Amino acid sequence: MSAVKEGYVRPVDFNNGRVDMSHGAGGRAMAQLIEELFVHAFDNEWLRQMNDQACFAVPAGRMVITTDSHVVSPLFFPGGDIGCLAVHGTINDVAMAGARPLYLAAGFILEEGFPLAELQRIVLSMAGAAREAGVPVITGDTKVVERGKGDGVFITTTAVGVVPPGIDISGDRARPGDRVIVSGTLGDHGVAIMSFRENLSFGTTIRSDTAALHGLVAAMVQAVPGIHCLRDPTRGGLATTLNEFARQSGVGFRLKESAIPVRPQVSAACELLGLDPLYVANEGKLVAVCAPQDAERLLAAMRAHPLGREAAEIGEVIEDAHHFVQMQTAFGGTRLVDWLTGEQLPRIC
Amino acid sequence: MKYVDEYRDAALARVIAEKIARAARAERQYKLMEFCGGHTHAISRYGITDLLPANVNMIHGPGCPVCVLPIGRIDSAIELATQHPVTLCTYADTLRVPGSNHLSLMKAKARGADVRMVYSVADALRLAQENPSRDTVFFAIGFETTTPSTALAIRAAEGLQLANFSVFCNHVLTPPAMAEILGSPHAREFDTVPIDGIVGPGHVSCVIGSRPYEFVSEKYRRPVVIAGFEPLDVMQSVLMLVNQLNEGRHEVENEYARAVTRGGNAKAQELIADVFELRRSFEWRGLGEIPYSAHKLKPKYERFDAEARYGIAYRQAPDNKACECGAILRGTKKPRECKVFGTVCTPENPLGSCMVSSEGACAAHYAYGRFREIAENTR
Repeated sequence: MSAVKEGYVRPVDFNNGRVDMSHGAGGRAMAQLIEELFVHAFDNEWLRQMNDQACFAVPAGRMVITTDSHVVSPLFFPGGDIGCLAVHGTINDVAMAGARPLYLAAGFILEEGFPLAELQRIVLSMAGAAREAGVPVITGDTKVVERGKGDGVFITTTAVGVVPPGIDISGDRARPGDRVIVSGTLGDHGVAIMSFRENLSFGTTIRSDTAALHGLVAAMVQAVPGIHCLRDPTRGGLATTLNEFARQSGVGFRLKESAIPVRPQVSAACELLGLDPLYVANEGKLVAVCAPQDAERLLAAMRAHPLGREAAEIGEVIEDAHHFVQMQTAFGGTRLVDWLTGEQLPRIC
Repeated sequence: MKYVDEYRDAALARVIAEKIARAARAERQYKLMEFCGGHTHAISRYGITDLLPANVNMIHGPGCPVCVLPIGRIDSAIELATQHPVTLCTYADTLRVPGSNHLSLMKAKARGADVRMVYSVADALRLAQENPSRDTVFFAIGFETTTPSTALAIRAAEGLQLANFSVFCNHVLTPPAMAEILGSPHAREFDTVPIDGIVGPGHVSCVIGSRPYEFVSEKYRRPVVIAGFEPLDVMQSVLMLVNQLNEGRHEVENEYARAVTRGGNAKAQELIADVFELRRSFEWRGLGEIPYSAHKLKPKYERFDAEARYGIAYRQAPDNKACECGAILRGTKKPRECKVFGTVCTPENPLGSCMVSSEGACAAHYAYGRFREIAENTR
């Protein structure tokens, strides 16, 4: 006679198991995966209620919402993985409005056959990043696609936040005379990913800079509430962000190449691969535009924060009907820093 | 960065710029062609033009491998990828070169062709090894710089007895193109060779040496200075050309002595000679047919020759009528003198091949320099 343990369910095999179609079919397997992995890792009062949505009180002020899909390859890279990237990237997009991020929602598209051990590693990393940032993942969704129709795992995260009164940060507020400041070295994330791609491995000590920037932004806004523009230069790098500002604000930019911080290892890798660090992605840096009289104060506030220690003023906003981003080269000439053409690096965020 | 920053020093650049300004005689023009796309890129990226006097002009040459690929060759590659069950591998910029019918390899890929971007022919070779049941074709392009690595891959494929690897060879040679630009009937007829001297290729010359240019300088009486790709290399070579012209000399000089010798890399040359032979003639985009200007696989390596293996017949295809790539590659027109530059033809939607690679004259000017003429026009 077998001794049936009442209510016993064999736990999910996170060591050797793989995602199969039943994990997205709405049955017991899906419920079990959600409970043992997602709810367990992200644990908070909203998830514990096991509803299809999360209800929360709305604070006073202007709300901000943003969404971001992450399709990075490889999933694990020096300095991070798709999990923490999905948390940091979306928190940063909310923070760039000068907002305090409040909550996250996450959608997972899993490919049939994906090892549960890797999924667990990703979810734990995500949960750690959310906890560290103080922004809980309060609702989510999981779907499974057949083998060959995804690439391991895709994660979409949505974040909401609230902008304190008196803050009005937007890409269309750059004015001639304004100063441009970056929070640190450029290109670390893109080069870290590149160094790890399977057909292009080269030894490097560079790690992704992936980080949540809302703490830095809070310090900046406190020092200079009148910051004009903020953006995190992810895909397309600094060059893309400044071209976006130029178009939105109807201005031009003049940069000083020698003032732009780039790690020597990143310059060297870019040299080798024929890349330009100005176009390489970052996941833990921001670009700020502020009035000239605020620049010193803003820079000091940034340098006092651990994520802004290497902040530098790199140029200024100028009048230009063509909205060009120009740069004084370190060599002594002038060049245009144009929109990126084609793709610089495939699937990096 | 060691061994790089030394060649990008702004203070030294100012010293050379002053020397050039003192050497350049006010009463004459100095029209210098940088043959290589790598030099074009360096000139644009570092803003070297700003450091040269107004009477020293740089003309962008045809030394950008994707720029000189004729449409017919792109069409053949697209045919290979779409009508044969193969994996076609090639270098990134090649994917974007426009062929006939608004197609490119990238668009063919979006329509289902198995086209892969690789960083090296070795990646294509590995792909063939890992997928023995599928044919892998490497779409080989480039000047003498990339030819030895293709030769190495073919020799390796032979050693491994790989039956599913082949090369669609489009390797071209530098000296015949240089001679064509300086001495073609077209150029003589219209007296449109505005070129006083040539900044010679750096990487190509590492392989072939400086000797092959000696006939160019003798026959066409133009100085050639072989230069490295750092901005100070380019500045120094401009100074050397200006000095030669002032002294009435037309010699081959070597600014890039840290890498280039007169004889070049003998090993690489032996490899090329073992695997390849010259084609009687090859079409270059914008320059037309140039005799003995490209390589094909020798008969003993025929089984690795995609043209033979898949029966690819070359069909010429006309360039877009509005496209001035030919005149631009010859140095008789500047990018901005082309009607479609920056309007119909942009890096996002290139009409001509000069707009594709960042080494192309039009793309480099578009990306780095086009603010200059707008500034001039509004002045």
